[in-house]
Order: sequence, then structure tokens, then C-alpha cells
Amino acid sequence: MHLKADTRHRVTVTLNGRERAGYAEPRTLLSDFLRHELGATGTRVGCEHGVCGACTVLVDGRASRSCLMLAVQAQGRDLQTVESLAREETLNDLQQAFRKHHALQCGFCTAGILISSTEFLTRVSRPTETQVRDMLSGHLCRCTGYTGIVNAILEVAETRDHEVSGPTDKEQENNNV
Amino acid sequence: MKPATFDYTRPGTRREACDLLHEFGDDARLIAGGQSLMAVLNMRFAQPGLLIDIAGIQDLHYIEDRGDYLAVGAGITQAELLEHPGLAEKVPLLAQAMPWIGHAQTRNRGTVCGSIAHADPSAELPLCLTALGGEVVLEARKGKTRKLPAHEFFQGILTTAKRTDELITEVRFPLGQGNERYRFREVSMRHGDFAIVALAVRICGDRTDLTVGGVADRPVRRSMTGNDARASWLNHFAWSLNAQDDAHASAVYRRHLVRELGSRLIDECSAQKDDTHAPQG
Amino acid sequence: MSLAPSMTTTNEKQFIGTRQPRLEDEVLLRGQGRYGDEVPTPPGTLYAAIVRSPHPHARLKAVDSSRALEMDGVHGVLTGEDVRQWALPFPVGVRQPMEHWCLAVDKVRYVGEPVAVVIAENRYLAEDALSGVTVDYETLPVAVDTEFAIESGAAILHEKVGGNVVSDRTFRYGDPETAFAEADRQVSIKVRFPRSSCMPIECYVVLAQFDPANSAFDITSNFQGPYALHSVMCRALQVPANRLRLRTPPESGGSFGIKQGVFPYVVMMGLAARKVGAPVKWVEDRLEHLQGASSGTNRVSTLEAAVTREGRVTALRLDQLDDCGAYLRAPEPATTYRMHGNLTGAYAIRNLAVRNRIVMTNKTPTGLNRGFGGPQVYFPLERLMQRIAVELDLDPLDVIRTNLVPKGAFPYRSAAGSLLDSGDYPAGLEKGVREGGLEELIQRRDEARREGRYYGIGYTAAVEPSISNMGYITMAFTPEERKRAGPKNGAVSTATISVDPLGSVSVHVSSTPQGQGHQTVAAQIVAETLGVPLESISVNVELDTGKDAWSIASGNYSSRFSGAVAGAVYKAALKVRARLAALAAEQWNIDSDDIRFSEGRVYVEGTDQSSSFHRLAGATHWSPGTTPQSEPGGLRETAFWTPPELEAPGDDELINSSLCYGFIFDYCGVEIDAITGAVRIDRYVTLHDAGRMLNPQLVDGQIRGGFAQALGAALMEEFVYGADGNFQSGTLADYLIPTSVEVPEPVILHMETPSPFTPLGAKGVGEGNNMSTPVCIANAVADALETRDVELPLTPSKVRILMGIEEPPRPEGVGEPETEATASSGSRLRARDSVELPGTPNEVFDALLNPQTLAAIIPGCHGLEMTGENEYRADVTVGVGMIRARFDARVSLHDLNPPDSLQLRGYGSSAMGSAEAFATVTLTALEGNRTRLDYDYEATVGGRIASVGGRMLQSASKMIIGQVFSRFSRRMGGGTSRFLFLQRLWQRIRALLTGKGGPS
Repeated sequence: MHLKADTRHRVTVTLNGRERAGYAEPRTLLSDFLRHELGATGTRVGCEHGVCGACTVLVDGRASRSCLMLAVQAQGRDLQTVESLAREETLNDLQQAFRKHHALQCGFCTAGILISSTEFLTRVSRPTETQVRDMLSGHLCRCTGYTGIVNAILEVAETRDHEVSGPTDKEQENNNV
Repeated sequence: MKPATFDYTRPGTRREACDLLHEFGDDARLIAGGQSLMAVLNMRFAQPGLLIDIAGIQDLHYIEDRGDYLAVGAGITQAELLEHPGLAEKVPLLAQAMPWIGHAQTRNRGTVCGSIAHADPSAELPLCLTALGGEVVLEARKGKTRKLPAHEFFQGILTTAKRTDELITEVRFPLGQGNERYRFREVSMRHGDFAIVALAVRICGDRTDLTVGGVADRPVRRSMTGNDARASWLNHFAWSLNAQDDAHASAVYRRHLVRELGSRLIDECSAQKDDTHAPQG
Repeated sequence: MSLAPSMTTTNEKQFIGTRQPRLEDEVLLRGQGRYGDEVPTPPGTLYAAIVRSPHPHARLKAVDSSRALEMDGVHGVLTGEDVRQWALPFPVGVRQPMEHWCLAVDKVRYVGEPVAVVIAENRYLAEDALSGVTVDYETLPVAVDTEFAIESGAAILHEKVGGNVVSDRTFRYGDPETAFAEADRQVSIKVRFPRSSCMPIECYVVLAQFDPANSAFDITSNFQGPYALHSVMCRALQVPANRLRLRTPPESGGSFGIKQGVFPYVVMMGLAARKVGAPVKWVEDRLEHLQGASSGTNRVSTLEAAVTREGRVTALRLDQLDDCGAYLRAPEPATTYRMHGNLTGAYAIRNLAVRNRIVMTNKTPTGLNRGFGGPQVYFPLERLMQRIAVELDLDPLDVIRTNLVPKGAFPYRSAAGSLLDSGDYPAGLEKGVREGGLEELIQRRDEARREGRYYGIGYTAAVEPSISNMGYITMAFTPEERKRAGPKNGAVSTATISVDPLGSVSVHVSSTPQGQGHQTVAAQIVAETLGVPLESISVNVELDTGKDAWSIASGNYSSRFSGAVAGAVYKAALKVRARLAALAAEQWNIDSDDIRFSEGRVYVEGTDQSSSFHRLAGATHWSPGTTPQSEPGGLRETAFWTPPELEAPGDDELINSSLCYGFIFDYCGVEIDAITGAVRIDRYVTLHDAGRMLNPQLVDGQIRGGFAQALGAALMEEFVYGADGNFQSGTLADYLIPTSVEVPEPVILHMETPSPFTPLGAKGVGEGNNMSTPVCIANAVADALETRDVELPLTPSKVRILMGIEEPPRPEGVGEPETEATASSGSRLRARDSVELPGTPNEVFDALLNPQTLAAIIPGCHGLEMTGENEYRADVTVGVGMIRARFDARVSLHDLNPPDSLQLRGYGSSAMGSAEAFATVTLTALEGNRTRLDYDYEATVGGRIASVGGRMLQSASKMIIGQVFSRFSRRMGGGTSRFLFLQRLWQRIRALLTGKGGPS
């Protein structure tokens, strides 16, 4: 496979469970492809050098900066963005907890944070606050001072854990982050 | 902040990749995780004609314990190595240092070999490789390979002994020995930032190795034996690194950290019984 | 105090003052928010990229866009020539002959200043074509340091002004001279407050259209106000206000004042759209934002206090030197005057002398930034209070207590004219002490100190002004100038409520929020006043100057929402309610005072008799003939509100610069790591009295957010400029914003003393911690280290050096002697080195004059053509590692003194920045037909390279320059001489000695 510069190539991905295709030059950033080609504008762009975290999406289940990835690199991969979280009429538990804990103000960084938290909560079932803050440190939020975000994630972790296995001791401080 | 134009190719084999490197030379850039290169491309500080994505090369995706060392293939991400079962027992220093690399979201894509290739003097993996006396395996066209020890591989700021027609296929981290103890510490402005000073101590019997990152133009390791007076040895080391000022820290401060934090870290490491559960900082 | 709705009605449901989850959240959490970049673009929209100056100060000799115009997808290039033809410079807030255009026309005055706009089919192509615009600069000396810039002999930015001080005003209130003469003690302090910004995560966005038929602009931008700047934009575009339709998108990704600074780009993109005859969209990228968007003003303050033995301050003398950067961009010098009325803070200090000077330097222009003017005032003032305690051996808390405006003195007219509306400062302080656990903190400090740890406690008392008086900006003028210009004052706010034919309620406010939750609060007020469900109310916060109610004070700044805008919402709701009550009263033949609005129905008070809200309201649309004569039909009410307390400044120079003044009392305990100098916040307590809280959850959100930003300003954030004017904080890895790991949770305490001057008794609360927190942390560090000179940001390096580093000397022969290359000299690097070459000095000298040699030794040199005697031009690609930049380079040889010395000069420019190097080469004959070549060089790097590469610049430059001479050495020796072998051997030995190059 050799894709020529200045030419638009067909890129097929699975976006939020549906196969989607669009066209991209080799240099087209995945963030631009998602937003402008596939219309998934919930993913925001804040720095385009991988620091702010606003553009974070799941690539094959792992939180990744979509500004540090080319659209052509996403060929054939599974992508998940903020648009996947709510089910029809209702926000999912994480989104609801964000609302409850005033975990967002302007909302520009929120999509990336929701996405990172989504992956995090699948890996760490009962995180400590330190682990949550460590994961969150890959995102810059300028409005909230982070407190509401941390509280929302901790609450969801606890609720989900209760639902699955009942209460357990806090554990694995050193694993999985 | 959009990249300039380039062709893109994703070879399926190492051989194909090496042929392309041979053909395009300095006009090509390798991309694996892209966590350093993409930012540089977006800023147009690199404008290669061809991007060779090695993510599609299946046989670079391995972590192997080969008795003396842990071999990490060029396809392995930092997250994968950090999550590798038994890492804390096999290469304790990596288990201590790797959580300091960037953030979870960049470790998910950034590769181990990519960080070694980039040779940022403040980065954790080049420091670990230097501290452990690890090796880099390079491959060129026609299966020509060579192996370089870390101290020969890192040549200066962002500069390595890798030739433009070579691909890093693997890095090798020597396994921790039972009689060795390790300690890692980093001072940075924020969690996940590049180190102002990063230090790794290894103590083995009478010998203490201290490796310093973030100060010189590459990580530097030196050894102290029981005969050296520690304070003057550390001062000598600190000055030898030609520390520089930048917007966040002064040269004086960097030398101070090499001396004082280095000394504290050596104390902590000496006092430490068991490597595997050393606190991270 | 005006009556709040809960007192005038007997509604069952109260919304005002309750913790309501936000109406804004769901759309944002679903990722369906529409920010600037999601505003639909008309077909045929083109995209802009901006050519920016790599130089801090240079004359523009020529801008040649011909190559860009030939590039793929490029539709046009807007330059200073077009701007001169179509536009005017922006009006300036002082009377000085200085011009600020939306694109540079004669000179560039800061790194990142826009020079041309490339307009192409997409942003990628537009960026490609940036390199096709060739700009010929003649670099000029720079004025960077604020205090140097006012000296005679400093480079002057605006020549016609004749100096860099563009405003110099003095004020005197009370009798400071006598107070100083009679004082027991005088305490003084001089501090520098640095540059930083609250840095929103969304950058600027502009989408501009030009309608040639009507000579009208229709522009959407995430502008935040104040809409006084609409007039500024119209003046620059030379159109009447009704020919600039300015709209905002539904959502804004944060602003904190910063998006005020988008206005020059509104004008620029309007002209770009005119240039290409198509809609033009520009989305600022982060590098542009960091280097060129906006900044808080840096200030050098000197304060002196006349103090009694007991620590009572009887007079203050302030000298404020405000550095507004390269241009005085409207509304500057507002930073200087926003706090003017309350320069004495929370203290009853009756005598005051002030000197304010506004200075121009080669830095990014300043503008609104959350806390605007506040941190610059409180940093010196509260440092001074701490110093008074230290110098008089008093408890710092007692010094604050002694000086606070006393209980019962409100409304209190401060020395400079602020009318502090309400409060009980002593009670606030004691509540903070009690409920925040100060005693325990003091115990922790004592214990830490006993153990030899560094622990300190800092305090701050402050008033937080809100709802700016539009008249304060005219304080930059003398009373005579103000008289000539006509009075300016007030703070007009507006809100519109309409009830449609189906009876649902819509609210519009011109408050352009950026995440604060204005929709929720507006809905709370309307729901309570009209007795309708909260969720049923639709609140539109987009502002369209073409059809919405607005005024010059509209917008989102000076924490004006809860006091002023929410008040206007309430006024409008009362108007709607009065009309509906009159309708119902007529229908039921009772007094309209006996009407009650509740749960979507309208009741006769004390009975079950009722009508549905929608039916009653719908009648004004469906059957206006059945309504009383006084009812005009349709139901839409707009309320305008401005407080009479905001008067224009008079001859006495008194100014009530804001309507409301909240009270803040903060304290914190910090511990400093003895080795690293890192500052850890042990506990931070912040007490706020912001009047009546409309939604306590949102109030806490504002406090936490402001605190986190202030923590950043205190510990890590700074826009750093080198002494050469180069900008060094060009990425978010250089400009450091605190993450979740660095931000602790503050202890938040509240008091509620309603304001008598706002309709709902609320005051602003958005900016307090940005004002109080930086100095509170600094005071704690000063306490911990028992030091006087604390400067922000308190980075570990800076703090540790403050603690004193007794450095053992450099061992003989180890490392290299320190060069002059330091952070303060920025991206200018000086170093020397030498190589030894085969051949006599004559042979070496001749070789250097040979163009073929030059072509061979300059790394990455593609084609070298001679342009004059010993002058060459080349295309050079250089870099380190993966980083490469391609330069249009000029190389020349000077001061030829064969065979002893010459000077080698190189200058290169590219879209990535510029690089310049001078090397003095000296040749010394050695034995055996050999020569030693010493080179002593100075290199300067500018533009993007310097702003993002700071951490590596010195090593990289050294490596590249070293390459030139090592290549020369190789070329002279042919790579085979015995000498080279010896040289390599020597290098290896040296490496071993100095510890470079691996383990020993």
C-alpha cells in the first residue's frame, strides 16, 4: 500500500459500532477526519500537539489523542467517540454523574475526559482518587478545577462495582493505571 | 497546525520497510505510535516526503524474556510493556519509571522503541536503557543487523547512531538481578511533563550506578565505588553534565538536584530491601 | 434593596438560591454542543491561515505574496496594503499618535504579530502557502523589560510618541503627605507581577462574510464582549454599526476574558472575505493562541505604606508600571483602572497617592483576563500587609484585622471613590478563621518547623469588584480630556422574555456565557417569577447584534451576570408577570395583587380558582380583542437596567469603578520540599461573601475554577520572553496549565450579605480567587522561607534558589565553563570552540573564501549562489533528529583579515522562524603545518522554533554550528590524516574525563 500525497483515499472505520467510510489525504489528522469528514463533531480540538486531551477517542478500546494520529492510520480500526455514550433518550451513568457533580462548565474538554474515563473504568474497577487524578492528568480543564470530575468518576466506579460484585475493599493501587 | 504533505505507506514486513528506507533515505520518516513525530509534523518541524508506518509489521509485536534480558519489539506500546505481567520482577526499574512517561493516553499509542529512537534527553526510556546498559537492535536492507549498547546509541540531543536506512527492531533491557536494587525519581513541573532532572540509581554490592536524564544532551551513567567520597563524586558528576538554563529551571538548580536528590536517592536505594514495591517517587 | 420574587409572591416552588443541575449539560455531555468551529459554513467557504512575524521588532520592507498566489488552492492573500486601503487603525484608549491596524502595515512589534492572511480552499492548503509569502524584514533593537523600556535610549515602538510611556497619570486622595510625615513607620515593597493567561481550551474562531451590495459584514465569532468593542470594530471597518452584524455561536469553549481579544481578527477576516469575495473561516491554532492572542498585563509595582505602631495603615503610595505589550488594544489601559476605586482593597485607608504609567514593549498586546487588574493590585498590597507584620513584629492576621473596613460602615466610600455596597468584613474573617481550622493549621506549621521542615501560612483579604462602570476606562484621561469627550458611565444590561402563542417561555440574554451556566440561572429566575416548570423554559444566549437587544456593556466580563444580567432577567419577568396579572385580574374581576403564579397555572390567591398559564398568555396572541385595553397584544418584554450608583468620574477623580464588591478572606498552609523546592498546598481556605447566591453549586464551580487558574499563575504559568524579545512559551508543554494532580480541593466557605444595589441582591463571584490566591500562596511561601522577595510563578527551581544553594565549585577541567547563554538572554546563544586543521593559516583562510567549501561545510546546503563579493544565498535544511527546518539562507564573510581572522555571518528565514549566527573565526599557526581555528559565535533563533524548542535550543544550536566546523575540518583533512585520528583520540579521552559518552 502506498498512498500518494495530495490525493484523497478512502478510509473505512468502525465508528461507534457502525461501519463508516470517508476520504482523507495521507496527512489528514484523525481529529479532522472524524469532525469534518464523518461529522462526529463531539470530539473537540484544543491543541493539536497532544497535550490538552480534548480530542481523545478510543482506538480499538484504548484512549488516544486523535490529533496525534492520521486518518489513514485508523483504516479498519474500531473508533469510539463521545457520541456513543448516551443510549437514545438517556445519558449513561458517567454522563449523569458529570451532570450531578457539576463536572463541566464550558464542556469543551468534556468529551475527551468522558472517553478516557470510559476506558479507565473498564480497566480499574475500584480506583482510588490518586488513580483517577493520575488518569485525568492527561486532560486539561480550565473551568472546573477538576473536583467535580474526580467525584463523578469515583461515584460511577463505586456504583458499577456494587452492581457487579457488591462492595469490595479498595485495591490495586499499583496496578492498571 | 496541519502537517505538510507526504506519501504514506504501511509495509507488512521488516524487509519491505528496510527497502523503503534504503530507497528514500533521509526523506522518509518511520512512524509507529507517532506520539512525538505527529506533534512535530503538525508544527511542520518535519516535512518528510514519505511516512513509513511500521504498525502493520506483525513480527515486531512481541515482549520476550530471553534469560538475560527482556526483548521489546518495535511494535510494542509503552502501555503494553507497563502492563506486561511480571515486569516489576523482571525489570524493576522500568516498572518504577514508566508510569512517569507522559500520560495514560499517550502511553496507549507511544511505542517503547519510538521513544528510544527519538532520544529526548529528558525522556524516561532512554534513561532506563542507559541505566541498565541495554542494547538497541537495528536492521537495514538485506537483513543486515547490528546491535549497539545504549551509550553508543545515544549521541546527543535527539541524535542517535541509527543510520537513515536502519530500523530499530528491538530494544533489550537487561533483567534485574537478585542482588541489585533500583530507585527512580524525577522532578518535573507537572505530572507527566518532561523531566527537569530524572535519576535512576542501581546498587549492586559495592558499586552504585547513577544515571541522570534531563541535564546533559543525553542520559549519562556513572559508577561510584566504595572508595569514592560521595559528595565530591556527585559534584563532579553534576558539573560534568554541562547543565543549561531553560524557561522552567536553571542550570544551578539542575546541578543541585543531581547532587542532593542523587544523594537522597542513593540513601533510599541502599535502605531498600525489596525492589519490587518501591514507591514511585 | 430591591425586592426579590420569593418575598413578593407566595410561589410554592423556589428556584432562586437553590442548587439546580444545569440545563446546559445534557447537550454538552452528548457531544452536541455547537461551538465556533461547528457553526455551519456557507457553501464556498474558504479558510485562512496567518503569516506572523518571527521578529519582536522589525520594519516591514516588503511583503511579496506572488509565490503563494500560484500555489494549489490559494484564492488570495490579504496584506497590510489592502488593510490600509479599506480600513482604519483601531481607536486607542489614550491620546497618543500611535496606530494599531489589524495587520502590520509599517513595522512588526511582537513575535506572532499578523502580517498577511492566506486564504485557500482548506486550512491545510492555507498553511502550505504560508511559506509562499516572502516578507522582507529589517530587524530593529527591542524593548522587552518593562523597566528598561521607560529609560531614555530604549528602542521605541511607536516613534511618533517619542517614548514608550504612553500614559502617565497621578492621583491624590486625602492627605497622603501629612500621613507619611506623621507615620510611626514606613514599610515598602517592590514587586513584579508576571504575564499569564487563563488560556481557554477552545481557541479563537471567526467566520466572516462580506456583502458588497450593502457594504455590510456578517461575522460569527466566539467573541465575549464587551460590546463597546463592536464600535471599535465598526470604526476599523469604516462601516456604521448596522453594517456589522456580529453573532456568537451557541456555545463557547471557555474564555475568562481572553476571547475579548478576538476582535482584531473579526476585522481582519471581514477584510479577508472582502478580498476573496467569499466567506472566510479562521480557526486559531494553539501555537497562534499562545504567542499572539492575548495576555494579562505584567506590572511592576512599588508600594509604600505609612503605618502606626499598631500596624494601622494611614496612607498608601503606589507606583504602578503597566506593560500592555506592543499596542494599546481596546479596552486597555483598562487593566490599570478597573480596580482604581478600590485600590485600598478591603481596608479603610483614607490617604492615597497613585502614579500609573502605561508602557509599550515588544510583547503580545494585553487584554481582559479573569481577575482583570485584581491580581496585579492584590499581589503588592497583600505582600505589603505581610511585610508590615514582619517588620513590626505583629501577627499578619492582626494587621489585616486592624485595617479592615469596619462593620456597620456600609455602603462605604473608599478613598478613591468605590462605594463598597455591603458586607461585614470582620465577621467574614472570623468565620473563615473558625470554620477553616486556622488554629489547627498553625499547629501543623509549628510542628513542621520543630522538625526542621519548611512550612508557612499566608493570608489575603480582598474585595472582589463586579459589574464594571463603563466610565472607569476614562480615568486614563485627565478631567479636561474627559470633559471634551463627553461622559461615559453605567453598565446597561438587558434581557428579553417572550411567551409564544402556545404559552411556552423563551428568554434571551446578551451575556455571551462561556460555561458559567447563565441559561440555568436565567431559567431559575423566570421559573420562580412566572411559576412555570424550570425545564419548560428555553434560554437563548446567542447574541446577534442584527436583531437582539444589546448595548455597549453587553457581554461576559467583570462578573456582571449574577448582579446585572440576572437582575435584568428578573425585571423582564416582572414585566411579563404584571401584564399577565392584569389580564387575570380583569378576567376574574379582582385586584392584580391577588394573583398567584404557580406550577404552570395562575391562581386567585387563597382559592383554587385558576387558569392555565399557557391559556392566559396565549390570549395575548390568539384573541387580543378580548384582553383589556392596556394590553398591547403579543407577549414579549425587554428590560434594560443600569444602576444609578455607577456615575462618571468627576473633577475630583473619584470613581466608583464597579457596582458590587464581594468580600474574600483566604489563607493557606504550604510546605516546601527541602531538596526540590516544590511547593505543596497543605490546605487552602477561601471564604466568599458574594451577596445572595443564585445557585450555590454554580458559585462553588466558579470558585474552584478560578482557584485552579490562580494556582497555575502562582506556581507554574508564565508567558516567558527572552531579553531578545523572543517568546519562549509556545506550546502547552512550555506554558504549563495545572492538571488534576496539581490542583488540591480548596475549603470553600460562604457568607451572604445581599447587595442593596442589584435587583436580586447578588454580586459577581467569578474572579475572586484569581485575585486573592496568587498572593495568598506567595505570602505562605514568604512565611515558610522567611524571605521578602517572592516572585511568581513559584517554580521549584525559583523557590529552591530562593532558599539558597551553596554550590561547590566546578572541579578543575570538568564540564565547560558557563557561557552567557541563560534563560534570561532567551534564544540568544553564545559559545566558543575550536578545531585543529591540517594546512597553514593561509591555506585555511583561502579555503574558507571558496564558495565550494562553504557549500560543502554548511549542513543541508542545497545550491549556493553568489550574490555579491563574499555574499551568498542558499537553500539550507538543518535540524536535529526528526526535526528539520528549511531556510532561505544568506551567508556572508566580513572583516577579512587574512590570514588571521574573519567573521562568518548567516541568516536564514522560513515559515518556521528565523535563525541568525555570527561567528568570529581566528586562525593560529601551529607546528607541523597545522592551524588551530577558534570560533566564537552568537546565534539567535526566533519565531516558532524559538517558542517551542526552548528546552533543546542550546544543545541543538551547538550541535549544528559544531557540524559546520567539523565538516570543514574533515574537508581540509580529507578524512585520512594522522592528525584527525589524533583529534578523535583526544576527543575520546576528553569524553572519558568529563563523563560524557557513557559509563566510565
